[in-house]
Parts: sequence; C-alpha cells; structure tokens
Amino acid sequence: MPDVQSLVNEFILKLKKRKVEGSQATSRHAAVLLRSVISQQRIGYTNQAGTLIDAVKAVGEQLVAANPVELAVGNIVRRVLHIIREEDLSLTTAAMAGLNLSALSDDDDDTGPVDHPVLSAAAVAAASRSTLRPPSLQTLLEDMPDSTAVPHTSSSGGDSEGKSKSADKSSRSRKLKHDVIEALNELIQDIDTCHEQIAEQAVEHIHHNEVILTLGSSRTVLQFLCAAREKKRSFRVFVAEGAPRYQGHLLAKELVSRGLQTTLITDSAVFAMISRVNMVIVGAHAVMANGGVIAPVGLNMVALAAQRHAVPFVVLAGSHKLCPLYPHNPEVLLNELRSPSELLDFGEFSDCMDFGSGLGSPLLHVVNPSFDYVPPKLVSLFITDTGGHNPSYMYRLIADYYSADDLVLQRKAASSS
Amino acid sequence: MDSRRASRAVIDPKVRHVGFVTPNAPPDRAQSFPQESNSSPLSASPASNTLSPVMIPPPRHPSENLTTFRTAAIPVPEQTRLRAESVVFEGSYDPTESLSSSSFQTQSPPASSRLFVDEEFSEESWLHRNNSAKFASSSPAPGCGFNLTSVKEVSGGDSTVISEVKKPAEASANEKNEASNDRSKNALPSGPSSKSLKAKTTKSERRALQESQRAAKAAAKAQGNKPAPAASSKAAKQPSQKKEASIAPPSAAASEKKGTDRPSERERKKDAPAPRMQFDDKSRVEKAKKRALVNQTEARNRVEYFRHLPQYEYGTQLPDLQSKLFQLDPMHPAVHKVGLQYLAGDVTEDNGRCIAMLQAFSEAIRDYTTPDEKVITRDLTAKIGSYVSFLIECRPLSTSMGNAIRFLKSRIVKLPLTLSESEAKASLCSDIDRFINEKIVLADKVIVRHATTKIRDGDVILTYGAPSVVEMILTHAHELGKQFRVVIVDSRPNLEGQSLLRRLVTKGLKCTYTHLNAVSYIMHEVSRVFLGASSILSNGIVYSRVGTASVAMVAHAFCVPVLVCCEAYKFHERVQLDSICFNELGDPNDVAKVPGRRDINYLDSLDKKENLQLLNLMYDATPSDYISMVVTDYGMIPPTSVPVIVREYRQEQLWI
Repeated sequence: MPDVQSLVNEFILKLKKRKVEGSQATSRHAAVLLRSVISQQRIGYTNQAGTLIDAVKAVGEQLVAANPVELAVGNIVRRVLHIIREEDLSLTTAAMAGLNLSALSDDDDDTGPVDHPVLSAAAVAAASRSTLRPPSLQTLLEDMPDSTAVPHTSSSGGDSEGKSKSADKSSRSRKLKHDVIEALNELIQDIDTCHEQIAEQAVEHIHHNEVILTLGSSRTVLQFLCAAREKKRSFRVFVAEGAPRYQGHLLAKELVSRGLQTTLITDSAVFAMISRVNMVIVGAHAVMANGGVIAPVGLNMVALAAQRHAVPFVVLAGSHKLCPLYPHNPEVLLNELRSPSELLDFGEFSDCMDFGSGLGSPLLHVVNPSFDYVPPKLVSLFITDTGGHNPSYMYRLIADYYSADDLVLQRKAASSS
Repeated sequence: MDSRRASRAVIDPKVRHVGFVTPNAPPDRAQSFPQESNSSPLSASPASNTLSPVMIPPPRHPSENLTTFRTAAIPVPEQTRLRAESVVFEGSYDPTESLSSSSFQTQSPPASSRLFVDEEFSEESWLHRNNSAKFASSSPAPGCGFNLTSVKEVSGGDSTVISEVKKPAEASANEKNEASNDRSKNALPSGPSSKSLKAKTTKSERRALQESQRAAKAAAKAQGNKPAPAASSKAAKQPSQKKEASIAPPSAAASEKKGTDRPSERERKKDAPAPRMQFDDKSRVEKAKKRALVNQTEARNRVEYFRHLPQYEYGTQLPDLQSKLFQLDPMHPAVHKVGLQYLAGDVTEDNGRCIAMLQAFSEAIRDYTTPDEKVITRDLTAKIGSYVSFLIECRPLSTSMGNAIRFLKSRIVKLPLTLSESEAKASLCSDIDRFINEKIVLADKVIVRHATTKIRDGDVILTYGAPSVVEMILTHAHELGKQFRVVIVDSRPNLEGQSLLRRLVTKGLKCTYTHLNAVSYIMHEVSRVFLGASSILSNGIVYSRVGTASVAMVAHAFCVPVLVCCEAYKFHERVQLDSICFNELGDPNDVAKVPGRRDINYLDSLDKKENLQLLNLMYDATPSDYISMVVTDYGMIPPTSVPVIVREYRQEQLWI
C-alpha cells in the first residue's frame, strides 16, 4: 500500500507540475497507476466491488484535483470505475447463472465478460439478461443505472456467500480483481493503439491531391496523415505553427521527414489559406458530451474559418478523450493560462509593469490560454478509434464507456472529503 | 467600335457629374483640392471644384502625331530603359513593347491599310497580351521582342530603310538579354529619313505626345487608371475626332499597351486596373531580372499556390545593395536610403512607408536638374519611374504608395510647359507636401475625430497589429479622459503589437496583450474591434495585415462590431476575392525561426528539404461582411460604400 501511495503521489506531482502532457500519455499513466492501485488493494469477502470503487475513487479524486484541466485523468478514472462495475455485474450474473445451472462451473466463468452474453442468452433468465447488457438507452430510460447494481451485487454477494461456501468465495474475490485487471490491461492497450486504429481510417477520408490544413501538433494527426501517405495517397499539408508553443514546427518536421509535401504557415495566414484547403484535420484535448471540443488554442479560429469556406473540420480523438461532462463556459473554466514569458520578454516590459504597480492594478496583462473551445456546430466529424461520429452522437458514445453515476465523481469526492 | 466609343464618351461625363454629397467631409478639405485643369494647380479656381476637369488639347492629325512620336522615341535610349524598369514589376505587360514598337512604326509611312491592321493588333494584344503570336507566326520568341517583330512584319516592306532595320531587330528580339535600348538604337537609323517631319512638330504637339506617353506609363503603373490629360482630352473630343486619333499609327501602337490614344478603350478600361506582373510567367521574369538593380535569387522551395508572386531568397539583397551604394548613379541617395529602410524592415507601417517614399521623392526632385534637350515632365517621370522600380525591388509597393505615385506622376504630367524648372520643382515639392499633409496627416486627424466618438467609457477595445491610426485614436481617446481598456492582439512573425503595447503602456493605457490564437478567448470581454487597413478594395474587401481577417471573423462570430480605420487615399478600385491572387510574401525564414525561443529549432536542419515550404504571407483579405463600419476621412461608411468613394472622389483624390 505505501508504495502505491508513493506512486500516486509521484503522478500527482507530475500532473501538478504539468510534467505529463498530452492526453494519451496522461491517460496511459493514470490507467497504469489505477491498475496497480487495484492490484494492491486488499478486498474482503463482502462488497468487493464497493471496496475497489472506493479505492479508485479516492485516488481518482486526488488525480483529478491535481490537474482539473486534464480531463483525460477523470475520463480514465471513470472508465476504471465503469469496468469494475461491469465486471462485478457480469460476475454476479454468472454466479446467479451458476446457481441456476449448477452444470456451468468455474471454467465457464473463466472465459471472461465477453462470453457472458452468449452464456446468458443460452441459459440465464430474462432478469439477469437485462443486467448483463452494457448500459444502454433502455437502462437509461428505465432509470436503472449501476447505482442500483452496486447494492444488488452486495446483496447477491451475500446470497452467494450464504449458499455456495468458502471455496467459491475466495475464487470470486480473486476473480473480480483478476477480471478488472484484465479489462484494465485491455484499456491500456486500447490507449496505446488508438492512434493506429484512428490512422487505419485515413484512407477513407483522404484522397489524392487533397490539401489538408492542421494546426499545432498531435500524434494522432501525424499518424493519420502518415497512414494515408503509406497507402500511396499524395496530398499536401498546410501546417499552422500554433503559437505560442509552435508545435506545428515539430509536426512539419515529422511530416517532411516522411516525405509529405508540407507547407508551414503562420497562424495568421490560416484564414487566407483556408479557401484552398479541402479538409481541416486536427487533434483534440478532450471531447465533451455535447460534441464540443476542448482543443489547442487557435482552433476555434480555424473552425470558424473552415465553416466560412465550407471546409470539413475533422477532429481526431481517441476514446480516452471522450469526456462525459457537459461544458459550461469552457473557454474560462476548462482552460489553463500559461506563462506570459512565452509571449513577451519580461526584461523588455518590466518597466511597464513597474509603472502599473503604482496604480494598484498593473497596466499590463498578458493572456496566454492553452485551450480553445470549439462548439459542436463547427465540427463536421469526429474520428475515434471506433469509427467516425457526428458531434450530436457523442453523448451516446459516452454512455458506452461510462456509468451514469460516475459522472459526478468530482463533486461527490469533494463532498465526502 | 466607334459606336461604343461614342456612347461611352457621352455616358462618362454624366457619371462624373453625379454629385456625391458627404456632409462629413470637412470644408477645408474640399477647398483644398484644386481641380485638375490645364492651368497651374495653384491657380485653379474654386468654381471648378465640382466640375470634372476636362482638357482640350490642340487638334491633331495623324501625320503630326506620327512625327511627334518619333521625336519622343528617338532621343533617349537610356530613358526607355529606365521606363522599362519602372514598369516591369507592376503590370504584367511590358512597356518596352509599346515604346519600341511605336518607335518602329514611326519609321514607316502611314499606309492606311496598315494602320487598321495595327489597330487591330494593338487591340488584340491588349486583350491577350501573350497571344500576339498570331500576328507574327515566324518568330517564336514571346514578349516584347515578339511584338516588335510582328509589328514590323506587318508594316514592313514599305521602304528599304525599314527592312534593313528589321533584321537586326529581329535578331535582338530573339536574344533575351538584348535590352530595350538596343532596340531603340535599332530604331535610330531611320531617324534621318524623317528628320524633316520632326522639325515640323510644334511644341503643343510634342507636349501632347509626351502626355500620351506618360499617360501610357502612368497606366502601366499597375494603378490601372491613368486619367492622364490625354485621356480626359480624348474623352472630351467628339467621336469623329477620336476616330481620327485612333487611326494614327504610332498612337495605335502605343495603345497596344494602354490604349493611350483610344479614348473608348481608355474609358472602358478605366475601372479595370492593369494586370500585375505575374511571376509564373518565365519570360517576363527573366526580362525583369535583367533590369533589376537588386540581385535577388529565387527561393528554392517556392510555395505552389504563390508561384505568381516573387519569392526570393532573403538576406542577400541588403548587403548587396549597401555595397552598391556608390555605384548606383541614377539613384538619388534619399531614395536609396528609403529602399534600404524597406529592405531592412525599418519602415514597415503603411503610412510610414508612403511618407518616407514621398519625402525621398521630394528631395530627389529638389536635387533634380533637367538634362539638356530633355523636357522636365518627361525626364522626371522616367526618373521617378526608375526610383519606383528600385523601391519595388526592395519591397513591393503597397496600394497606398501606388496611389501616391500615381498622384505624383499626374502632377508631373500636368506641369505647365511655361513653368521654369525651378518653379516646376517647387510646385511639385509643394504638391508632395500637400499630399502628405492632407491625404495622410489631416486624414488621420479626421479619422481620429470620428472614431473617438465610438469609444465609450468602459469599453474594451481590441486591435490587431500596430495600425498607426488606431494608435492615434486610442491615445486621443485616452487624452479625452475616456475610461477604456485595450486588448492588443499580435501575431508572428513581425510582432508589431509589442511596440504598440510599449507605447500605449507608457502613456498609461490599460492594456492586455495576447497572441492571435487566443483571440477567441479574449473576444468575450471585447466590446469594439478597431482595425487598420493597408487598402480597401472596391468590392469592400479589406486588404490588410495578415491575420486581420481572422480577428474580424472571430469578432463577427462573437457579435462584436468591427471598425476599420483607413485613410481614403488607400482605397483602390481593384477587386479581389481571396488573399492568394495578389499578396506579398515575406522572408520565409522568419516563419521557421522563433526569436527568443531556443527550444523551437525543429526546422533548423530541414532548410534544404525539397518538400518543406515556408509561407510568410504579409496580407490577407477580409470579407466585407465582417466589417461593421469603415472610418475614413470622408466620414463613417459601410464597406459597400467604398466603391462610391473611389469613384466620386478619385479625380479629386488624384489631382488634389
């Protein structure tokens, strides 16, 4: 336990110091960390899922508080919670099925959650069938989210405890953790491969002689473009440099080294050039439930320009960037102001600052936000690792990944602490 | 043709007479514009203010025209070279075409059958400059040499003299490095045969010729409309007279370029600015290079979309030019200095550039002495033309500078012949001063007065870059005690906003500084956007510092009013839809290098890569629907009214 705590602290420190950047790296870190938290977590015989959920929430709360703007952390915490609930649910139903059909024993359970629907379809009664399904529109409508599932598990755990004796108990407790960790490994793998999965769709969207504009740098975009390039598509890329971080230079360098025809432009030239562009492809920081995008600064401008010229604005986002929250005033609340030194040389303006200090409030403010909010109406398409989606479909996609009662993770955590 | 001409001649004055009343126009301004007239500008009567200036030149006959043209073409080979230089960068037609061909045509007796061919030819080449090949299928060389030979072939065979001349000329036409002065030398042998004619030319005829040629040149100055005296005089003439004029062979040839002698043509083209030099036209670029004073090497990785614009390697011209400081005889030191300033980027602001240029010209005019046997109006125009071409090589002209040059040239053209040299020079210098004063300094004051009424207490005013007018507005409003905050949005690579920020902060204004990408973050707080402009085109497009369009767009999206502050002398009748067809490209290396950020060096090693292009656009075009209001010295107008201002005030604007 102490070593887990030190790992957590280390990660929190990294988040606070903004040492980990990019949602992919962050979410991977978070997932690995939570995996170790779960594996180290001792769980009793009763309410195992509850214990795990509490442990994950406790850690998750700290992580989210460390960098509230890095929505990927919260996403991963919610994903893990969702996984725990799902695994628990499937185990429970399996146990119930095992009760009903004693012929089906442990080795069937070993096949894992994927096989359960088959099992249930074959054997389990209608009641268990409904709980086995991933949270669907039906469950949402019926207002029967997993919150009811948690007490249900505990009670059913009690039931199973009462009926099948100690041997079954130990295997079940081991099993839940085991399954959760298995699922977490899958999640981590998903995060690792999301670029490739998105890039696979590149050929469906990029044709010959296309002119593509992007701003800043994103590994997803890089791999997407390179995948199209590898499929022998020849196209031209305009890269806006993305001041003040100038990640566009990095992207341009990568693209050039892979033989793509690349033109580096200043951000101010985006409007001038967009009329000759066929498609805007950008990465995102996070995708909100309403289909809005928290994106690197400057993209709102690009999206507006694209809309003006009817150029498709395509956002690439791995599923770990899907955030189940609805944004409120995201330009301010989900933003982060970086150091003014990226814009101004302090030595040059120190006298101006001094001048202001006499008046109480400084005369000079320097604003250097790092994110932009792109409203859903400006986005033409999301390409995630599960395929292309409309902005209006995002809320549904999110329902596939998160449990409804984890959405308020933060507030709940805050009130409890 | 004739019918069209006639109708045009009738219609046009009508259009001009339509009164355009601007209650906002300050009275002193209105009075301060003496109208164009034959007399000295200073003596213009106020009564003539409202009337369109009409100049009636002495009637001419074809033969006389002929001779006068010859006198013009023969004497100064050097000058033709200079002229060629002066024009080459601005329009995509080559002035040598008309000059040399006119000089050639003068050699041949005016056979009427030929004349019509010529006329057709010139007409044709007007429309498709590059298609003139069909008139001379034997000669493969495109461009001016081509026209030259083609004209001769059409006209040739009339006399032995001509056929003799023809051969060397043809040879030279195919050799690209033969400059136009060679051609005019070729033309010289025919001179003696027509000397008697030359002797007959009267002063007025010569003057008329000069005017027409200068008009052709002024027209060539990319500014497109050259309502030079010849034009107005033609417009005033009756159709019959016009027909006569258009038949004159030399003028027909001259009109190949600009239609100097064809009023109908001129009138028709008046609103269509001359096409600019297109740098994807290899032959023309080659020729332009030959004449260039500044050595420029073409950039290796040119951006595909901008092949029609000059893309040079930067950093080489400045030392090169500095080393030439004492070799460039024809260049006045003041002009040279301004050129170096442009090249070094010391003067970047539009008005500043314009003023620097005009002051240099005025200095140059002060030091100017007319060479023997030359006329001040003609020689000085050529001189100015060479200065302008030099400045263009240092940095392409802005629209405002083009307008200023147009003004200056029109002043020179209109110098009365009766004036002595010193008087003429003094009058020109005072004209220049007046232009600076009224069109820029006073105009700015008027704009400031108008715009400050739009600033209220508690406003947050956003501006982009460092437009000088906006700075004046903000300072003035601050001096008036208005309480407001300024948001300065800046962008790479020039970062002019920082200097504006420094000046405003030292004056005690509350400022917020941010970069362009963050404009949608800051736009929530903003209540007004004030922008500057390099030019406003007659379709309402605001041609301005690159990034202005983005700022205006975001402001529009956030429903923040956008006010563009622009002096009326920057208005232009050209139209443009995007920022690509015409633009200026800065040093691409500025894009790759981020000063003060050592960590951004990804592209350092990639300079040589073929597939990496760096694009440093200087301007962009803001669609007029993003603009709520244009604040100009004639008042506050919607962007759709810009063409009205251009049309109604152009005369006044040009002639002051």
